[in-house]
Amino acid sequence: MIEAVISTLIGALTAMVPLVLTSVGAVVSERAGVVNIGYEGILLMSAFFGAIFAEITGSPWIGLLGGAFVGMLLGMLHGFITVYLKGDHVIPGIGVNLLALGVVAFGIPAYWGTAGQHQVPTNFRVVPIINTPYGSLSPMVLVTILIAILTHWVLFRTPLGLRIRSVGENPEAADALGINVERYRFLATVYGATLAGLGGAFMSVDWLGTVTKQLSAGRGFIALANMVFSGWNPLRALLGGFIFGFFDNLSVWVRTNPEVQRIIPWQFVATLPYLVTLIIVAGIIGKVRPPKADGKPYKRE
Amino acid sequence: MRVDIKGFAKPLIESLIAVVVGIVVGGIILAFSGYSPVKAYVALFDGAVGSKYGWAMTLSAATPIILTALTFGIGARTGLFNIGGEGTVYFGAIAAILLTNLWGNILMGLLGGIIAGIAWMAIPAFLKVLRGVNEVVSTIMLNWMAYFIALYIVLQKIPSPEDPNKTIAVPISARFPIIMKGSELSWAFAISVIAALITYYILWHTELGYELRVSGYNERAARYGGINPKKAVIWSFLLGGIMSGLAGATEVMGRPPSYAISQGMANIYGYGFDGIGVSLVGRNHPLGIIFSGIFFGMLKAGATAMQIEAGVPLEMVRMVQGVIVVAVAIPGLLDLLKRVVRR
Repeated sequence: MIEAVISTLIGALTAMVPLVLTSVGAVVSERAGVVNIGYEGILLMSAFFGAIFAEITGSPWIGLLGGAFVGMLLGMLHGFITVYLKGDHVIPGIGVNLLALGVVAFGIPAYWGTAGQHQVPTNFRVVPIINTPYGSLSPMVLVTILIAILTHWVLFRTPLGLRIRSVGENPEAADALGINVERYRFLATVYGATLAGLGGAFMSVDWLGTVTKQLSAGRGFIALANMVFSGWNPLRALLGGFIFGFFDNLSVWVRTNPEVQRIIPWQFVATLPYLVTLIIVAGIIGKVRPPKADGKPYKRE
Repeated sequence: MRVDIKGFAKPLIESLIAVVVGIVVGGIILAFSGYSPVKAYVALFDGAVGSKYGWAMTLSAATPIILTALTFGIGARTGLFNIGGEGTVYFGAIAAILLTNLWGNILMGLLGGIIAGIAWMAIPAFLKVLRGVNEVVSTIMLNWMAYFIALYIVLQKIPSPEDPNKTIAVPISARFPIIMKGSELSWAFAISVIAALITYYILWHTELGYELRVSGYNERAARYGGINPKKAVIWSFLLGGIMSGLAGATEVMGRPPSYAISQGMANIYGYGFDGIGVSLVGRNHPLGIIFSGIFFGMLKAGATAMQIEAGVPLEMVRMVQGVIVVAVAIPGLLDLLKRVVRR
């Protein structure tokens, strides 16, 4: 019994990492007024490039940073289009998601010469800090919790956070107070995408240890659902990420467990994270309020 | 009918620029990956449009993605980002196989696709109308659920008794006649073109279409003008569902050689995503979608030739599609280019 509890707990904490990082990043971006639905593609591309960085340098930590760097670049692209060119907030994200499908599906055979899947060798993967017979805990879990707490503190307890929230709530007023709306929106977007990039690399050089073209598996969108669930609050996104992570981990676990598969087909359990997301999102809508100027380009009169 | 040339030319030119950007960036990535971009593109376009056979393959590749593009396009015209075409295709294909095996004719297969499309798209429609659930999140979640549910049906419920690698096939009596012998082009292509024309007629020449477009353009103005935006949302999803359901149905009824769903659903996977790019490049206009669908069909049909002749993984084409969509998202692409050129 106790081992089941420990292994479930560790599994949920691990699966939580990419979801929480992406959600917390999305909270900051949307608090500043920029919607980005390209996190799915960011997760996938940084998982791919993160693995490459790790294998070239021999260090999983550089792999993680490389993933964050790729996320940063994609965030800059999104910020440039939405904030400076005043473009639509949704379409560039769709573009990044489609691009990721292509880049990773093309990149796996082009770079590793294998079809469809690449296994990241164990010596290029992050070493766990806690090892139990029932699973091991990655240091990235602690990093993720720290990032969520720190982001929450900055967002709600510092002048910087106030400025970020003001450009997403009432950009006209913020502008009148001399706050550079475009700069804060751009930087918030880049921050969000960078965190997602870190989460993406975590999937390939740490948690799942593999690169496939379906690796992100909808997590970018589950993270957005979690952001809504959190009411655009990083600490609640941490809690929500744990719940979503629990179901994510459950479906991954069932797929590798023949005992359970005899009772219920694995495909049905695999739908669980998505079904739970739908139910939670349908249940909490109306109880939370997005930032007022969320997704609206700001043009100076 | 007055045609606004200026208003028509600008989006056309911008789409063309986006396509060029996609091809150039794709070429640069090819060069960095150690392939010859020239060799790759020559093989691609030669394979796609260098012969009658190539054109036939291009049009057959365009067939499903024109339909899935209509799903996204109808949504976009109603102010919705309907990404749910992908999952709907699976059920359209499964329903067509089931119904044609009960009644072996084309109409029953198409009906199966339509019913499945309506049924599956009703879920995000009602989630949106009743609970206000954002359609991007709901349709993506439903795509993944559809993937696993359809995978279960394909593997467990309707496997072919002769060949474990695919499902039971659509009977010969319910298959679309082939247009060009030896190619994959069947009269299913006509269904796509007719669907696009009907969509154009509905959106621009009926009251319902007017209501859809007004609520997409300005929800508040629509409400003020006595239009119920909720009704528009439901109709938009249902029409969209029909299109993607048909995409799945025509794919199994009109694409030789298998007339079935392969294991892992490889032969019906990805059309919903392709459709988004097709629609955006076609400016979410049914007539634009026909042409951009044929262009993307060209890329898909040529990809196989490129893989064989130039040794480039055919997924490279999807990368070009992604770049094109990102480029389409850049507002005022034409003005931006003019400014850069002037400098």
